[in-house]
Amino acid sequence: MALADKDRIFTNVYGYQPWNLAAARARGDWDNTRDILARGRDAIIEEIKASGLRGRGGAGFPTGMKWSFMPKQAPLDQAGNPKPSFLVINADESEPGSCKDREIIRHDPHKLVEGALVAGFAMGARAAYIYIRGEYIREAETLFAAVQEAYDAGLLGRNAAGSGYDFDVFVHRGAGAYICGEETAMIESLEGKKGQPRLKPPFPAGAGLYGCPTTVNNVESIAVAPTIMRRGASWFASFGAENNKGTKLFQISGHVEKPCVVEEEMSIPFKELIERHCGGIRGGWDNLLAVIPGGSSVPLVPASQVMDMPMDFDGCKKVGSGLGTAAVIVMDKSTDIVRAISRLSAFYKHESCGQCTPCREGTGWMWRVMERLRTGDAHVDEIDMLQQVTKQVEGHTICALGDAAAWPIQGLIRHFRPELERRIAERHGDVREAAE
Amino acid sequence: MPKVTVDGQELEVPAGATVLQACELAGKEIPRFCYHERLSIAGNCRMCLVEVKPGPPKPQASCALPAAEGQEIRTDSEMVKKAREGVMEFLLINHPLDCPICDQGGECDLQDQAMAYGRGGSRYHENKRAVTEKYMGPLIKTVMTRCIHCTRCVRFSEEIAGVDEIGALYRGENMQISTYLEHAARHEMSANVIDLCPVGALTSRPYAFEARPWELKKTLGIDVSDACGANIRIDSRGREVLRVLPRVNDDVNEEWISDKARYMVDGLTRRRLDKPYLRRDGKLVPVSWTEAFGAIASLNPGSRIAAVAGDLVDCETMFAAKALLGALGSSLLEGRQTGMDYDTSSLAAVNFNTTFAGIETADAILIVGSMVRWEAPLVNVRLRKAVKRGAKVFLVGPEWETTFGGVFLGEDLSVLGNLPEAVTQAFGDARRPAVIVGGAGLGRGGLDASLALAGRFNLVRDLEDCTKWNGFNVLHMAAARMGGLMLGFAQKGGIADLVAAKPKVLIALGADEVDYARFADSMIVYVGHHGDKGAHAADVVLPAAAYTEKAGTYVNTEGRVQMADKAVFAPGDAREDWSILRAMADAFGVSVGFDSFEELRAAMISQVPALGIEGLADYGSDLPAGGGSAAGGIAYPVKDFYMTNPIARASAVMQRCSAELLHGEDFAEAAE
Repeated sequence: MALADKDRIFTNVYGYQPWNLAAARARGDWDNTRDILARGRDAIIEEIKASGLRGRGGAGFPTGMKWSFMPKQAPLDQAGNPKPSFLVINADESEPGSCKDREIIRHDPHKLVEGALVAGFAMGARAAYIYIRGEYIREAETLFAAVQEAYDAGLLGRNAAGSGYDFDVFVHRGAGAYICGEETAMIESLEGKKGQPRLKPPFPAGAGLYGCPTTVNNVESIAVAPTIMRRGASWFASFGAENNKGTKLFQISGHVEKPCVVEEEMSIPFKELIERHCGGIRGGWDNLLAVIPGGSSVPLVPASQVMDMPMDFDGCKKVGSGLGTAAVIVMDKSTDIVRAISRLSAFYKHESCGQCTPCREGTGWMWRVMERLRTGDAHVDEIDMLQQVTKQVEGHTICALGDAAAWPIQGLIRHFRPELERRIAERHGDVREAAE
Repeated sequence: MPKVTVDGQELEVPAGATVLQACELAGKEIPRFCYHERLSIAGNCRMCLVEVKPGPPKPQASCALPAAEGQEIRTDSEMVKKAREGVMEFLLINHPLDCPICDQGGECDLQDQAMAYGRGGSRYHENKRAVTEKYMGPLIKTVMTRCIHCTRCVRFSEEIAGVDEIGALYRGENMQISTYLEHAARHEMSANVIDLCPVGALTSRPYAFEARPWELKKTLGIDVSDACGANIRIDSRGREVLRVLPRVNDDVNEEWISDKARYMVDGLTRRRLDKPYLRRDGKLVPVSWTEAFGAIASLNPGSRIAAVAGDLVDCETMFAAKALLGALGSSLLEGRQTGMDYDTSSLAAVNFNTTFAGIETADAILIVGSMVRWEAPLVNVRLRKAVKRGAKVFLVGPEWETTFGGVFLGEDLSVLGNLPEAVTQAFGDARRPAVIVGGAGLGRGGLDASLALAGRFNLVRDLEDCTKWNGFNVLHMAAARMGGLMLGFAQKGGIADLVAAKPKVLIALGADEVDYARFADSMIVYVGHHGDKGAHAADVVLPAAAYTEKAGTYVNTEGRVQMADKAVFAPGDAREDWSILRAMADAFGVSVGFDSFEELRAAMISQVPALGIEGLADYGSDLPAGGGSAAGGIAYPVKDFYMTNPIARASAVMQRCSAELLHGEDFAEAAE
């Protein structure tokens, strides 16, 4: 049940063809976009709802429903003038393991730009802001050029694509902070402030960018929208299991023979995904230790549970993990698993914004304990303490970074506690010998 | 009015209330660090977590969550207890264990809440974080290792003070609070962040290592450093006032005070007059009280006696002087030391009628000759609030840095007769227009011209909610001003009338701003507490009590009558002012009709009943018509915010503030 070439949305994900407007048009982008818009706001939202598209940024919130939260009637500001609405596109792809938005932007940017117009029109937005990760320098150049091409061709700006709708797209480069990928921190950063998540409520759909109704969407969620509109919701919904519809870009990295980014059906079993596209695990399937199925924020899954796991939101959830951005990190038995997770802890400590207490203080504490566990310089009961500390962070913070910092450690303790205890015992044994 | 349940107790809460407020209404204590009633909600300390149904299965920050119909809130569940313990543990892991040497000890939120909500021991075995100290100026001492990043100080300087002085640098566990490039905080309300800081990160530099809170006697007082009448608490030990803190009074100072009100108190122990002096052969020599009184009485002035009240004196002192002069047959009383002679026949015309709380709701404001930031910092805060609500502000006078924008119309008062269209338009459209006349605007016909505007723009009107709006305001600078005017300390021609009367004896009640050269032929009897300009010019010096050393009644610029208590005794031979004047009456052989402070106060209230009732005095709302034309450039009377009264001038802290913050002098930190 592999995805056929004719059903791929991202037909230039490997860059075999140019990214420019002419080539994109040849691939079917910007094909009569005017007609899509002519179907009206509600029809577009209904179509996206019917397609079962869930947000591709990690949380998996139904995209059509998110769009429908935008107010139909523009709220008024203090002076009684209607406020504009905005679409913010999250291209701040900083999750370790994640690299799909980058491929879209550098090889197929017009999918995104057209998607911005379609999605922006559907939610009544005046403009879209694409917030691109600061480290994506060439990608940002491509995106700037693609947007300019679209303006020059009359596809954006006044009377965008001949639809009679005025729509602008702005590209904004980030400065390299992971936290700016959180939707409200991104809004703060766009406003020129320090990138720190806002309290919710109010949600962005009520008061977001500059206090106006705003929707923040992932690049992939937006980029697939025009194709769904062209080929129909039922086509998109024909892939994947119930509640996990569609196709998805999977990014497989780590100890596989051929790491790659590939578009596949949702719900494809893990083993099939690896066998078909990555040439199997390095050293064979018996050499598999663990997999992080959705980028660094989700708990790892040990080899024994991962083989038949369907790669979708519900399948990953069932084994206590998450699909996240579908950034599959594969680790074979040569991996120092404790060190790997400890490195992730260091990442979250480094990227914590410092606004709220549990994350600011907890990430540093967790990392320091992890570093000691790595060398076994700890007591066995500190494993339990670490578990409790992760629980004290999880769910107590303003944004999800606290959760993301806690989950990898919880996954490690859940599945590899014997390994942690072995290191402690070994270290203590060494010390005893040395003392004699 | 949503109905919620807090720990099984059902109650209705006002619309727009947060869950935290709902819990407080139910009588539940919610621990918090970052939440503060007068600042925006940050929600970052996570200490106020409670369990709320319906909602996600995790604890919610109650300070930021709106209370909604049918919520079930639990503050006593296992989840809440665990959450509080967890957050407390996180706050403490990097907080130093230096409570014994921390000035916040005994009044520290972290200490108290750790006792109430923390777990017993520590599980943290890593190294603690250390943060370098940040220089924040002569008033704020920093120990940033103690900081828990609640950002109250940041929000205060941004939202209340209106200056971007304090901010957070870096992120994660490296986040640090600092002033920009470690410049000193310059705002005149900056020291309020010390009260806001829930831990010992920002403490009072002048008060460092002086005392523990439980050693201090707390006395309720009224500030005299400006005419706002901020409510203060005077903390003293033995005979010394160690610090001044604000009290909450939403009508007057909310819970802020200016840096001058807070820090001029060290001047109370310096340059004090502690024994009577008499000028002999051009020199002041110490004498006994009897000799001093004998010297005054020997002049036998009869009715040729006058009195000038200083800026800091209380109503009782002024009334005692008035009674003494009355017994001698004189009514030469004046309080406007610098020679102002505006008409005082209608007190409503020289009063801040809108009230401080009311000015927040004004939608068009014209400020005539007032540098509000220096003359009344607390009013500046209110003006900022008004602008945030959409008020338009116009100012006449030399430009100064407002914290709320505003349009300057020029330095010449003649603009009052020829207002630009933008102003007339704004005042025409305004529902609550207000004019504020400051010290610099009172002279040169400014008051009359402003009163004419009051008529033209209909500043006194009935509002749609059936309340009276009086938009005409005069912003005074002297704590004694309104009380003095109520007691008749004003001559038609101002102090010039006193000069013209050529009195034999001039009693100066702490008057330090008078040009005494004009009274060269009079015997100047200075009744005051500091060896300042008045004492230098005096022929007889009678040592009296400062505002912390006597009970007294003060009337602020709104006409608000407030009473203060006595915190400490005056030093040396100094006596309370009223008793000095009472003894002088004996020396003159006249009777003033009171023998005790209570009798004095009763006599004063029987003469001016409004002084007996705490609260706003009623001056009516009939304003004189005004008119005439004002002309001439104006200059603000306050040249140095930190040096406006004899106590502040004697204060080492205020001197340093003046030198460093206003005159840009460098002070090398003592190298250790």
